[in-house]
Amino acid sequence: MNSSVASLAQAAAPADGLLLEVRGVAKRFGVRDVLRDISLNIASGEFITLLGESGSGKTTLLRLVAGFEQPTAGEIWMGGERLDTLPPYKRRVNTVFQHYALFPHLSVRDNVAYGLRVKKTATSEIGSRVEEALRMVKMQEFAESRPSKLSGGQQQRVALARALVNRPLLLLLDEPLSALDANLRKQMQSELKALQRELGITFLFVTHDQEEAMALSDRIALLRNGALEQIASPREIYAHPATAYTAQFIGQTNLLRGEIRGGIANCGVLRWPLDVPDSLAIFSLRPEAIRLCDGGVRQNDEAKFRASIRQQLYGGASELLEVDCGAGQLLRVRISAREPLSGEHEFVFSIADAIRVQE
Amino acid sequence: MYSRAYKTLVSMPPLLWVGLFLLLPYALMFAHSFWTVQDGVVVHQWNLHNYAALLSKPVYLEVLLRTMRIAASVTICSLLLGYPLAYYLSFRAGARKELLYQLVIVPLWVSYLVRGYAWKTILGSEGVLNGFLQYLHITHKPVAFLLYSPFAVVLVLTHIYTPFVFLPIYAALEHIPRPLVEASEDLGASSVQTFLRVILPLSMPGLLAGATFAFVLSLGDFLAPLLVGGASGTMIANVVQSLFGAAYDWPLGAAISACILILIVSLLFLTERLEKRWSFK
Repeated sequence: MNSSVASLAQAAAPADGLLLEVRGVAKRFGVRDVLRDISLNIASGEFITLLGESGSGKTTLLRLVAGFEQPTAGEIWMGGERLDTLPPYKRRVNTVFQHYALFPHLSVRDNVAYGLRVKKTATSEIGSRVEEALRMVKMQEFAESRPSKLSGGQQQRVALARALVNRPLLLLLDEPLSALDANLRKQMQSELKALQRELGITFLFVTHDQEEAMALSDRIALLRNGALEQIASPREIYAHPATAYTAQFIGQTNLLRGEIRGGIANCGVLRWPLDVPDSLAIFSLRPEAIRLCDGGVRQNDEAKFRASIRQQLYGGASELLEVDCGAGQLLRVRISAREPLSGEHEFVFSIADAIRVQE
Repeated sequence: MYSRAYKTLVSMPPLLWVGLFLLLPYALMFAHSFWTVQDGVVVHQWNLHNYAALLSKPVYLEVLLRTMRIAASVTICSLLLGYPLAYYLSFRAGARKELLYQLVIVPLWVSYLVRGYAWKTILGSEGVLNGFLQYLHITHKPVAFLLYSPFAVVLVLTHIYTPFVFLPIYAALEHIPRPLVEASEDLGASSVQTFLRVILPLSMPGLLAGATFAFVLSLGDFLAPLLVGGASGTMIANVVQSLFGAAYDWPLGAAISACILILIVSLLFLTERLEKRWSFK
């Protein structure tokens, strides 16, 4: 981008490798276990997302790293230093808050300069670093404005500049885009991603929006009721969800419950050969893994079924069908957009796409 | 939309109220301040004698200055008590917040007079405090300045007006979004820095409102000096009271009242502007 980015980046990353270690962290509020035995390693320069529903503990985990809460058990380490015993103002971690938390009595410039001022940085250095940070988020022309005069997107940029100007080792972002409208949100997503790439600063990002998590992250840590459900790259977590919960939470899926007996998987009307020991089983079959295949020939590694169209939801490039395989078994099928369908049709899916998941 | 007649109808009672009980008395007061008394009768002749008397006789100015000194002391003392109390309740009290808040409010339900007399029994030469000091052999005879002195007036007024200072400050502190405090710590500020750079500036409107309450209410107070002030603790309102009462010089009393009124209105105007400057909604 420009020189400012280079100078920010240079201070950001020590050596490549492990930056943050969360070791068996638990948090209890009264009688409620908000987090249970969380262990998580974050590499330097990584964009990692804590994803989960509200109440899953994702924000609490972020607040533990920031220092606003103390863990009930476990430790947090950063760069070889115990982090969880330090007060927030001694951590080389900065936060972008959900509603930005800009200081209403200070101008944009003074907001951004705040962190440097309280750390008694030399005045000349404050001036140049604040300028750099404002340029980086394209907010130079609003330097003298009060936060209340800015739009949500602009406040978002200021919040980002205010955090990044301190050259944190780790930037925490608490649902930073949730207050923006859809279009602005998409734009800020791509700017955020570009900024993170260029600065090389490690981002720990919290969101409940799985699409946002997929688009931005190097890795996603999915939290469920205070426990880690799965940590993997977006592609991995989408293609190979470990549990039924993950499969349903990340993208859309068809969960097929049934059993495997004598080398055949039986899930309602659907059945296909599967050479594993007999047991009960759940499979995740993504809607786009199923193809419309009227009159086509089934390959050896494919399973075929007939179903009648219940609903057709047009979505521009693709459309979502809801089909009835008989006996009340409903499946969702994503196909390329085409003319309206009705009646019975034949469908086919590759057996390898039916991913076996845990409960 | 409401009809014209309806609007006129509903605005009549408050207008009448304000007109009859506020504007009319003020007009009468201002009129009196330009009249004089001769042989125990108010003479309705326009002149500036009363204002001239105020400027020429140092006793009035002296009492007014003392009153302002006492009011300023009360303001400072009640801020020193009220602000830390409000801060503690808002930021540190946790689950005890509600209880402590009620404890601050409860004294407001007790009559001013009762509280004034209570101080009399505490501060008097036969009082609780002097008895205690002598019992401990810290003093050997009653300490005189405790009662019937400006000190006693400041003490009583501070006791009475601290809740009035506490309330607006507490409200202002409660309105500070807590993420701002976290953001400050997150950016590397210690608790002291956070207080000075974020909490104090954002609570300024409440602080100003509280200080105004304390100052203005003390400035016009006449009960505390009457009860515990003695001769050295006489305040301007006592002078006005005696002029309207025993001394029977309504015009001079009205002139003093007019001056105080102008002083207070300009003060309110000033603090309101300051409060606006310090609010960032």
